[in-house]
Amino acid sequence: MNKPHASNTILYLDGVSVSFDGFKALNDLSLYVEEGELRAIIGPNGAGKTTMMDVITGKTRPDKGDVIFNGGVDLTQLDEAAIANLGIGRKFQKPTVFENHTVFDNLELALKGHRRPQSSLFFRLSGEQQYRINEVLGIIALTDVHMMQAGSLSHGQKQWLEIGMLLMQDPDLLLVDEPVAGMTDAETEATAVLLKDIAKTRSVVVVEHDMVFVKSLDCRVNVLHEGSVLAEGSLDVVQQNEQVIEVYLGR
Amino acid sequence: MTHQPLLLRIVKEPMAVSLLSVLILAAFLVPMLNLMLPSDSAFHVPSYVVTLLGKYLTYALLALSVDLVWGYCGILSLGHGAFFALGGYAMGMYMMRQIGDRGVYGNAELPDFMVFLNWQELPWYWYGFDSFGFAMLMVVLVPGLLAFVFGWFAFRSRVTGVYLSIITQAMTYALLLAFFRNDMGFGGNNGLTDFKDILGFGLQTDGMRATLFFLSAMAVVTGYLVCRFIVDSRLGRVIVAIRDAESRTRFLGYRVEYYKLFVFTVSAVLAGIAGALYVPQVGIINPSEFSPANSIEIVIWVALGGRGSLTGPIIGALVVNYAKSYFTGALPEVWLFMLGGLFIFSTLFLPKGLVGTKAISDAFEEQRLRLAKFLRPYDYAEGGEGR
Amino acid sequence: MLSKTLAMRWLVVLSVFIGLGFGSSTPAHADEFSDAVQALNADNNTDKAAAIEALSATGDERAATVLSALLNGTLFYRQSDGLVVLSKESGNVTILIDPSTMNEVADVSGSEAKKIRINNKLRGQLKGVLGALTLLSKDADKRQNAADEVFKANDPSMLPVLQKAIARESDPDVKGRMLRAQAAIILEYSEDTAARLKAAQTLGEFTDPDISALLGKIANTSTDPEVKKLAKDMQDSVEGRLAAWSFLGNLFQGVSLGSVLLLAAVGLAITFGVMGVINMAHGEMVMLGAYTTFMVQDVIRTHFPAAFDWSLAIAVPAAFLVTGAVGILVERGIIRWLYGRPLETLLATWGLSLMLQQLIRTLFGPTNQEVGNPSWMSGAIETSTGLVLTYNRIWIIVFSLAVLGMLALVTRKTMFGLQMRAVTQNRAMANSMGIRSGWVDALTFALGSGIAGMAGVALSQIDNVSPNLGQTYIIDSFMVVVFGGVGNLWGTLVGAFSLGIVNKFLEPYAGAVLGKIFVLVGIILFIQKRPRGLFALKGRSVEG
Repeated sequence: MNKPHASNTILYLDGVSVSFDGFKALNDLSLYVEEGELRAIIGPNGAGKTTMMDVITGKTRPDKGDVIFNGGVDLTQLDEAAIANLGIGRKFQKPTVFENHTVFDNLELALKGHRRPQSSLFFRLSGEQQYRINEVLGIIALTDVHMMQAGSLSHGQKQWLEIGMLLMQDPDLLLVDEPVAGMTDAETEATAVLLKDIAKTRSVVVVEHDMVFVKSLDCRVNVLHEGSVLAEGSLDVVQQNEQVIEVYLGR
Repeated sequence: MTHQPLLLRIVKEPMAVSLLSVLILAAFLVPMLNLMLPSDSAFHVPSYVVTLLGKYLTYALLALSVDLVWGYCGILSLGHGAFFALGGYAMGMYMMRQIGDRGVYGNAELPDFMVFLNWQELPWYWYGFDSFGFAMLMVVLVPGLLAFVFGWFAFRSRVTGVYLSIITQAMTYALLLAFFRNDMGFGGNNGLTDFKDILGFGLQTDGMRATLFFLSAMAVVTGYLVCRFIVDSRLGRVIVAIRDAESRTRFLGYRVEYYKLFVFTVSAVLAGIAGALYVPQVGIINPSEFSPANSIEIVIWVALGGRGSLTGPIIGALVVNYAKSYFTGALPEVWLFMLGGLFIFSTLFLPKGLVGTKAISDAFEEQRLRLAKFLRPYDYAEGGEGR
Repeated sequence: MLSKTLAMRWLVVLSVFIGLGFGSSTPAHADEFSDAVQALNADNNTDKAAAIEALSATGDERAATVLSALLNGTLFYRQSDGLVVLSKESGNVTILIDPSTMNEVADVSGSEAKKIRINNKLRGQLKGVLGALTLLSKDADKRQNAADEVFKANDPSMLPVLQKAIARESDPDVKGRMLRAQAAIILEYSEDTAARLKAAQTLGEFTDPDISALLGKIANTSTDPEVKKLAKDMQDSVEGRLAAWSFLGNLFQGVSLGSVLLLAAVGLAITFGVMGVINMAHGEMVMLGAYTTFMVQDVIRTHFPAAFDWSLAIAVPAAFLVTGAVGILVERGIIRWLYGRPLETLLATWGLSLMLQQLIRTLFGPTNQEVGNPSWMSGAIETSTGLVLTYNRIWIIVFSLAVLGMLALVTRKTMFGLQMRAVTQNRAMANSMGIRSGWVDALTFALGSGIAGMAGVALSQIDNVSPNLGQTYIIDSFMVVVFGGVGNLWGTLVGAFSLGIVNKFLEPYAGAVLGKIFVLVGIILFIQKRPRGLFALKGRSVEG
């Protein structure tokens, strides 16, 4: 694992530490994701996966370390909204959609741009934007239910709607936290295909427990343990790593 | 639905249509029945009823303003009485200046309470209140500015939920204490009263009472339309998104604090206008309007009527205040039990308020479908509702 | 007011004592004494003043009886010949006594006797003279009080008696007070620079606002530059120490207010902090506790008046049980349906608070109820430096800390505390481990309410017991909990005491109301900086 230069990466975490009341959630974590890469992060509960996401998206400020996006933007100085508008999209562990809005409105709210209150008061959807929403509805297979309230969707549909909202944001980097939790096998397979497809045009970081799913992503894997990276490589390689077997897979 | 003009959208909703037509009808009919019919006629509306109804309508506007922040944006303000009272004080200050030398002490320069406290000159913040236009500007500006500054600090630091509720309560409590002080220059404990006229028209005249009633009714209608425009816009969808999943909204790139600040300020301005219409009808404004209990009571009007709908709070304010007038007269001991019970009952059993109860919403839903089919038969032939 | 009447009462007692003890021991001066007494019946106040002076100079022990009678308005003269007599109530009739012989004067009817009138100036002189006379008393407490009286009167004519008393005095504390009185007289009236300087030096060691005033007066008016300068320096040093004592006084007031806030807020720290329930009826639980105290005292007063001092010891557990039971009813009846909806809980409990207030108003009426202080809570520790520590405040400070300590023990060391924390942290897990989370909720809420009730017992001792009692405290208690940080008893403690102290230190500068406004605005601003309070929990779980 050799350390690349920040300017060559889309996401560059170096020596990041976060502690909560003495508990070290992240401990000198370093992680580098290259442009256009699909990357999977695995690790036991409490390894710091969600905290890492929080640090990247500005929800948590690191105690120390560098978090640099797209070759030069220091993310530790920005808040969530600014980071989102830079082009980083995040899907939560628990699917979080706007339950009282329709599927269509959920996608519309995620539409890139138009974030200022003044203009949103008089906002009208253009034909092009309407087309884009319909396109995404097709991708996430929710066209038929686009007028339904998001709250009444099934769990898997909510997961897909949230991925659809990420697509509407048109980000350069997607952070996807456990996208297939609670999905059927068929849905899981379809999600893998969808994410691989998305990774063709942008960088994607996936946090997941499901080994079958990670395997089907067929990408580089980082193993997190106690707040830092234990191993990195293809899934096959890290599965052979003795330390990894000890702390995680072998348990 | 967003592409349709505002009025067309409202017309499709029987509940809104019914309520707004009743309000507009009353705005014209009540003053006419008061002014044009002889007092012995069976249809004559006595002047005190006109004023009482007018007072209820200002409460309805106040409830609407609370609903905008609480029902749609999830901000439970327990300090909206403060904005109402500030609007009222601005109006009261104008009317105090209108008294001129007709006060008890006959001092043309100073209001009576200042003469009583041996003040020598008018404090600077009373300047300008001789002018009706300036006073009306202050009615809007003072509550708006307070809400803006307060909201700026609170929302930027992400004070949310019950914490926000508690500090809004602290805000109105601090103002209550401040306005009680004589040296604040707002009449202390007694507040401002003994008003004579507005723009030269006597407050006690039937014409003035009818006019204030008319303005109050139209203010509620206008307030409804303004709120409706806001909640139907994309901004309205963003604030509902904030209410339901604040951090999701942030991660989508919205600056949540700006949206909150916008609705909070608009809401405070509406509350201020309500206060300005309230004071000339009741003839007094004093610090008790700032009391935290008053602000919480507003919330119960909204909760009972139905938050997150714009018709609900109007109905809630009218129903609760009518009940209050009736029971504090007929069974004063019982009223606080009833009000207390109302808080508990509506939170436990009416989470969506009166307008959200199944019986009522079903009845109106049926009307809505019938009306919608009548207006746009083609949409329904296709089986969708159309956008 | 109180100290004045006490002093009067004391003088009466004193005069009786002297009259009985020394009444007939010195007949040798009989003529001189009766002449001096007779001279009190003078036409003008100047002559009366001279007569008082002369009477005290006789050194006769009976003089005190006569002079205190004059001060208390029980000295009369016979209109026919001007004979001065003492009057004494005996049953329903007033009898007149000749002061020289202490025999009853038979041939005087009440209507013939006229009171000898005195003015305020004479009253002051009398107090001083009486003080000087008692300087020689056998009772050290009386001598001490007399020394203080002489100091207050600051009358040069008392110097000789004072010096005599100092020479005899063996009690160091009383002697110190006498020296103070002596120094004050010398500083103000002596012509001798050296003596005056020494006096100023002596006075400079005391910490007393009166001495500071006296030194200030000399510093401003003295023509002697040396005395003037030293007086000024000494005044500064006294002022410095007085400021320190006033700081202590403010601190005590602040800690006292803090303990009241702590009592009112600590129950909230449980219901709000541990359960996340906003209980707006918390203040009414405090009020119910205060009314329980009233009921307990009422029963004791009518049935066991002797046990009144124990009333609070009974009221504390009674209030805990009453409000705890109400707490269980409220939790099972209302709050449990609203978990996870804090804003709705807030509204429902507000409604409950209105109903409880009205209930108490209907049952007991809207006026204040009389709740008494047991004897061990009345009175105060007072120092000459102006510091007053009332016993009820001191006990409330102790009580509040005890309650907090007990609560900390319950939450940390008992099985119930463990279950309580388990349910708060992970309800589903707690349930699956066999903890009946519903009952834990109910008991936790009961605990919070019960503590509010105990707070009510304490507050009944210092505040009006009326249906509005709770309303006074609810906003302040929320401020404490929010300021200190939710879910943290330590934060509640620090929050309560810092708010109490800040409030009391602001008061002298800003006034009570403005001080309170500043504190509120301060908290509103503070919340912006630290939205989760002073001692907030950090981490992922908090955000939810």
